[in-house]
Amino acid sequence: MANVIFSRKDFESEIKITKEIEEKINLFGTPLESISETEIEIEVFPNRPDIYTLQGYLRAFKAFIGKEKGLKKYLVNKPEKNYIVYVDKSVKEVRPFTACAIVKNMSFTDEDIKELMNAQEKIATTLGRNRKKIGIGIYPLDKINLPITYTAKESKEIKYQPLGMNKEESARDILLLHPTGRKYAHLLEHFGKYPLFLDSSKKILSMPPIINSEETGRITKETKNLFIECTGTEKKAVERALIILATTFADMGGKIYQMEIIDKEKYSTPNMQTQKMKISVENVKKLIGIEITEKQMEELLSRMGHTCKNKIVEIGAWRSDIMHEVDLIEDIAIAYGYDNLIPVLPAISTIGQESKESILKKKIAQLLANIGFNELSTNHLIKKEEIDLYEVKDSIDIVDSKTEYKSLRQNLFISMLRILTENKDVEYPQKVFEIGKVFAKNSQKESGIEENEKLIIGITPSNVTEIKKHLDYFFRKINLEYSIKESSQVNLIDGRTASIIVNGKNIGYFGELHPNCLKKVGMKMPLSITEIYLEEIYKLIN
Amino acid sequence: MDDILDSLSLIERTVVPYLHKSLNEIIEKSGLDKTSVLRALSFLENKKILILKSEQKNIVDIGVNGIHYKKNHLPERNLLFVIENNDRKTIQEIRAESKMSDNEFKVALGTLKNKALIELKEGKIWLIGKKEEISKRFPEELFLEKLPMNIDELDEYEKKVLKDLSSRRDILEIHQEKIITFELTEIGKKIAGKIVSTDLIEELTPEMIKNGIGNKKFRKYDLTAKVPKINGGSTHYVNQAIEYATKIWTDMGFKEISGSMTETSFWNFDVLFTPQDHPAREMQDTFFIKNVLGKLPEKSLVDSIKKVHEKGIDGSNGWGYKWAEEEAKKVLLRTHTTCLSARALTQLKKENFPAKLFAIGKAFRNETLDWSHLFEFYQTEGIVVDKNVNLTQLLGYLKEFYKKMGFEKIRFRPSYFPYTEPSVEIEIFHPERQKWLELGGAGIFRPEVTEPLIGKEYKVLAWGQGFERIILDYYKIKDLRNMYSNDIQNLRDTKTWMKT
Repeated sequence: MANVIFSRKDFESEIKITKEIEEKINLFGTPLESISETEIEIEVFPNRPDIYTLQGYLRAFKAFIGKEKGLKKYLVNKPEKNYIVYVDKSVKEVRPFTACAIVKNMSFTDEDIKELMNAQEKIATTLGRNRKKIGIGIYPLDKINLPITYTAKESKEIKYQPLGMNKEESARDILLLHPTGRKYAHLLEHFGKYPLFLDSSKKILSMPPIINSEETGRITKETKNLFIECTGTEKKAVERALIILATTFADMGGKIYQMEIIDKEKYSTPNMQTQKMKISVENVKKLIGIEITEKQMEELLSRMGHTCKNKIVEIGAWRSDIMHEVDLIEDIAIAYGYDNLIPVLPAISTIGQESKESILKKKIAQLLANIGFNELSTNHLIKKEEIDLYEVKDSIDIVDSKTEYKSLRQNLFISMLRILTENKDVEYPQKVFEIGKVFAKNSQKESGIEENEKLIIGITPSNVTEIKKHLDYFFRKINLEYSIKESSQVNLIDGRTASIIVNGKNIGYFGELHPNCLKKVGMKMPLSITEIYLEEIYKLIN
Repeated sequence: MDDILDSLSLIERTVVPYLHKSLNEIIEKSGLDKTSVLRALSFLENKKILILKSEQKNIVDIGVNGIHYKKNHLPERNLLFVIENNDRKTIQEIRAESKMSDNEFKVALGTLKNKALIELKEGKIWLIGKKEEISKRFPEELFLEKLPMNIDELDEYEKKVLKDLSSRRDILEIHQEKIITFELTEIGKKIAGKIVSTDLIEELTPEMIKNGIGNKKFRKYDLTAKVPKINGGSTHYVNQAIEYATKIWTDMGFKEISGSMTETSFWNFDVLFTPQDHPAREMQDTFFIKNVLGKLPEKSLVDSIKKVHEKGIDGSNGWGYKWAEEEAKKVLLRTHTTCLSARALTQLKKENFPAKLFAIGKAFRNETLDWSHLFEFYQTEGIVVDKNVNLTQLLGYLKEFYKKMGFEKIRFRPSYFPYTEPSVEIEIFHPERQKWLELGGAGIFRPEVTEPLIGKEYKVLAWGQGFERIILDYYKIKDLRNMYSNDIQNLRDTKTWMKT
């Protein structure tokens, strides 16, 4: 999710911010995060990159509050002579798509330039997935000789002075030395070739999506005319980004010209062709649960920037989030106002039911709580240091965990010992238990991992007789027979450890912890435990 | 008055006859030790019979050497004895005869000189004190006899002695002492000195039950007195809250579903129309499992999901990218419980409709722990599947649930999720913090989600919100991390979930 920050002054040059407007901003589906004397910060959901720019936001919001309703039309001029971008096939392996435009008659203030750069960056990081999917470049047209070529060359053939550096560098060095180069190097460095925009005099304009050249890539207050390019890995996404930029410039007073892209086929960008979609007022009423007429529906759609006539909705090219009728229905619901929807509890007759597993789990927990045990609830992940300390084999590890918890637990023993150690100064005796899932790799399973429910009980201080008494009690209360077989287990004392057999199956163990283990983890008191798989028990109980 | 007397414990009864006396006398007469007497007095104070007072006092008492001198005389006295028998001998001779250490001898000699009992003439010691002066006890000796004494109560003369003796090693010892006195209240004055029977029944024994108690009386207990704390067993308080939430859903006719926490990306993301380059599918947001590859379900479902992503369904556009099976096979810890709903949908048969399902299960996010974020948390998940379900009904179910969880004021905002349209964000009004809190999302599953899973006919209302946030306040927990700290004393002390 992305937050956009607009200048309050610029926002208020169109709409005065009042308490009522603040609430409307929220109800428009763009939560107002903060507002100060100078700035207004708004959260924009990723399906609406068209409102990342102030101009885009105001276009949509003005319609929403009824100021300028319906689909906004933009005049886009056909390509003039030499408004051409040749796409060389060498880019297909590297960064296959581009969409370009020319904008004339702009006039920028320093503020405008800052805002423009912010909007460009916002689109490239969110919609553009950190420039991977989409990168954007904007250039002063007057320094460029048209037509333009989009091509890819090897590093040794590339040498230019990037923005912000004072001499020419090779492509490699730009990726190594330039701050922006370093940040985005991973997008290009594994390719043998790097993408480039060249003008007709073979001057390098930029190495997208990294950095423009100093000579042809700096926008100033003097800049009037622009060349805009978007490059990336998906044609639709690249064209969408260009449309958002083009409409923004148009709203700033610019005159938009298409460019002809000569790829395998010829086509012109930006393509402002509107989308037409059928809508049924019946579907709207059914999905939202409100009563409205077709007229009202048309009115609501117009407040979301659409124009609807005869059940056909015309949708702006910048609204490519509209993929299906349901997207329009949501727009209608937003225009209708979520605050105007009246919650209804319907009479859909069904029988409620708790799962058998939940019920049994709850009963076992209650049974143990009744005899003085406190239930623990620990994470399903354990720490790296615990994997080492207990020499866990075949650990199920997480990729790049941001926490100190790095692996899925394979038993409840490790978590319980952590908790008891943390509580070593709490009043004794301590009687605790936990019921939870443990994990094991199993290629037969769909996720490659099997999950089983286990129960662990621990008493400290206690010896093995004490834990066996409780085990006896447990099986007596759930009315199952069990037998035991002496066994041995890491961290438990030999001769005081046994397996628990139910219905011929080994379902767990009980025993007394070895003092070496207790010392290793920092426990002060003797501890006895039992750990049991519950699946067999669940099966036998019913 | 009799009431009070009846309620007295054995030790209280033992001291009552001597209450008009001083503390030391009570100790002496009652035959109890000091600690027991003080305990009895403090019990009596609780019964408003007396008021205890304590005062800090500086006490001068006899020191280690003082004890020795008291028994064997002060060095000056011993020296005086030697000189009496050896008048006008040289210092060296006297010194040898006295068998004293250098230091002791010097001090003793100096003291006798100061008291004008001896005189040094031509290297010899002359006894000059009168007979009665010599036999009279020194003030220092008298002082030692009187110890311990309260420094504040010494007279001028005693103060001088104190000063002199203090300069000599370990004869005196000064310490602070709490002096306890008490004052009788009006009731106390009536009770003091009374002889009360000490023959009351304390603990009832099996013998008394068997043989009867005759005319004996029970001692009355002070039931307002504090008692030691006991600990009991308990289920985890989060589980108690889950049990309650489960009941809300089952009461509304919902059936519980469950499933694994490890899941393929296919079920966690792809069937939920989340494009494969969506930021949530990156490592920094999701716990992916290292070196484990999952399996995809039957080909027909995989193909239809691929088609939905690439081209959409009838009347829709899709995401327009190339969908990759490998990406879908990545295994992760479910980032939401919505994958349970997705799986459940595929298992529903015609006769199961309409269906209302719920789950309260763990979800996982690769997040740094802080007061408002857990990397492992519960979500309360639900779906309603029927031909004619709508947004206002979705809001109805949520409103009802949160009302029963104790949140009367709830509001809904537009939101966005790749798999729902319309989408809703739920906010509850927090009565204590006096502000709106975001709880999480809900919506109606997009046709791109439902068509491949259950076909065109049915619509699905769906929601999944974080659970811990809504129970924080009930348990007065400020920091989410403390929810699962498993502090055993805290588990013992935390109140039981009592909402009904």
